[in-house]
Amino acid sequence: MGNRPPQDEAERQRLAEERARLAAHRGKATWGEKLVPLGEFRAAVERSGRVLAGEERAAEVASYTAPRGDKVAVEGPYSKVIVFGGVYNNHRALAALLDEAERRGAEAIYCLGDLGGFGPSPNEVRPLLEAGAVRTIQGNYEESLAGGAEDCNCGYADPRDNHFAKLSYGYTAEQTAADFKRWMGQLPCRRRIRVGNKEVLLVHGSPRRINEFLFASTSPDPFLEVLLEQEDCDLLLCTHTGLHWRRTLPSARQVANVGVIGRPANDGTTQVWFAVLEAQTSGEVAIELVPLVYDHLELAAEMRREGLPAEFVETILTGWWTTCLEVLPPRERALSKY
Amino acid sequence: MSSTVAPKTANPSVAAPPPRAPRVELRSLDTLWFQVAGTVCNLACRHCFISCSPTNHTHEFMPLAEVERYLAEGAQLGVKEYYFTGGEPFLNPEMERILEATLKVGPAHVLTNGLLLDDERCRRLKLLAEGSPYSLDLRVSLDGLTAEANDPIRGAGSFDRVMAAVRKLAEVGINPVLTVTEVLAENGSAEGKESFLDLLRTLGVDKPRLKVLPIFQIGAEAERGGAYQSWQRLAEGDVMEQGWDHLQCSSCRMVTGQGVWVCPILVNEPQGRMGETLADTLNSYPLDHPACWTCHVHGVSCRT
Ligand code: SF4
Ligand code: SF4
Repeated sequence: MGNRPPQDEAERQRLAEERARLAAHRGKATWGEKLVPLGEFRAAVERSGRVLAGEERAAEVASYTAPRGDKVAVEGPYSKVIVFGGVYNNHRALAALLDEAERRGAEAIYCLGDLGGFGPSPNEVRPLLEAGAVRTIQGNYEESLAGGAEDCNCGYADPRDNHFAKLSYGYTAEQTAADFKRWMGQLPCRRRIRVGNKEVLLVHGSPRRINEFLFASTSPDPFLEVLLEQEDCDLLLCTHTGLHWRRTLPSARQVANVGVIGRPANDGTTQVWFAVLEAQTSGEVAIELVPLVYDHLELAAEMRREGLPAEFVETILTGWWTTCLEVLPPRERALSKY
Repeated sequence: MSSTVAPKTANPSVAAPPPRAPRVELRSLDTLWFQVAGTVCNLACRHCFISCSPTNHTHEFMPLAEVERYLAEGAQLGVKEYYFTGGEPFLNPEMERILEATLKVGPAHVLTNGLLLDDERCRRLKLLAEGSPYSLDLRVSLDGLTAEANDPIRGAGSFDRVMAAVRKLAEVGINPVLTVTEVLAENGSAEGKESFLDLLRTLGVDKPRLKVLPIFQIGAEAERGGAYQSWQRLAEGDVMEQGWDHLQCSSCRMVTGQGVWVCPILVNEPQGRMGETLADTLNSYPLDHPACWTCHVHGVSCRT
């Protein structure tokens, strides 16, 4: 950088402007693009908005947190059910899960959606769901496929994530049979079941949005308490993030993300996860998150035959996610290899 | 009243709102913002949409006790995440205690310019993050890939100081989100994004994260890049109910030392103030400010 006089002059001018700008702020408030005396701004603020009386405030909070009533019929009662999500075309894990359900004597099997994407041969999934009499709700993948959308509605900002999300959605969209897509379109977005004496709400992402992420480190207790109050349920089960967790809230209500059976949980192992709900003699419900081992080598070979990206195959073989990591909150991301 | 005399409450910067602006309901109070450093900043960026600077006291620092009152009310209403901004949050002498209190009830995000992130503070922030079941996320602002591109906007020397701050964060094991605005058009292109991610890698961040935000043509930015045109306004019917999720005012509120505001963007508009407590502000809000046009067109979510 030379010290040629014209630049110096420009710099001097810039600094002078800067000083003038800062001096102008003293004792003033910025109201839009104008500077006004602080008192004038504060007085206008005082007049703006509404200030409720104590009991009105209590009424506002009560109506905000009150149950909203979705009128969904309650299925059951059951004493033992299996709940899983995120098949991602992994029909081999799905077959293993059905065997496991039979071995454990589950009375019903529920799937929380995201049947496609990532893995090979989407049409293998449907006959398995039928064979197992699996009751399914719609995930964002089904919503997008049935609606003919251009992408999976995950909304990635990172160009690399977006590239892989498009690849995986494109493959599934192209391969999935038209009547399978139609079937996906008529799936319900939520179900309610009774296990023991508890009512369980089943959703894909969250009760509010099909593509909302409920990660452990970004779903605080007070938030979940209000959510379950508004949804009028004792237990809430979801999927969508790919990472399983469970928590008992201070009110004794429970929340679990059942994880996914389509790909490993980004923990360096090749197993995948599902949930078993079992009524206790007390009427309480025990939620167990269970790892599932399946023939992942066969799946990897099939993915290669189908020409799916090597990055996806790597995840199946190593247990580490290689794409779509940007949605992970810092705590979950720190545990991740990539 | 006479047509030649403006009413006292008229906003000097914005013409009369168009008739019947669309109103946005608060669907759920998921995101609670705190203007924790007010409008006081150790920089005076040319594109700052709330014109923050060392001398701007439109909004003042928020004391810990005041923040705690709103944290309690936020927990009662089931807030999902807390965001802290300013000005520069770490100018507030109680900022770390505020974070400690917040991380007991939920995840926290801090929007910082990075200038006050010395070794000691980075280490303390790491301890805070490890002590909570909830995530602590830091967003560090930068607006150009070189000092030559960045500093004319953010201030002399700011590029080097941000580079140093990100390096320190990476050293203690904090992975910040680099926040970049589209003040330079190339910042938001696919190539631009890749270059910023590469820059983070060279600073030792092995899992780089980036957030690109559009600019709001208000505050200092209106002087730098020009204000909104009269056609850049929303009218009834522009925003369908399905579009509400894209507007953060359908799921957020902003707390300043002067009460609760509709969103983090309109804190320099008295009309943006909705009430005193969160319970006062669970009602709908009319989108009659030109900045709402930017939110609508760009689908801005200030969330990470
Ligand atoms: S953009 Fe951020 S760092 Fe720059 S003046 Fe505004 S608040 Fe300060
Ligand atoms: S500026 Fe954006 S977030 Fe704020 S009220 Fe307008 S639309 Fe909503």
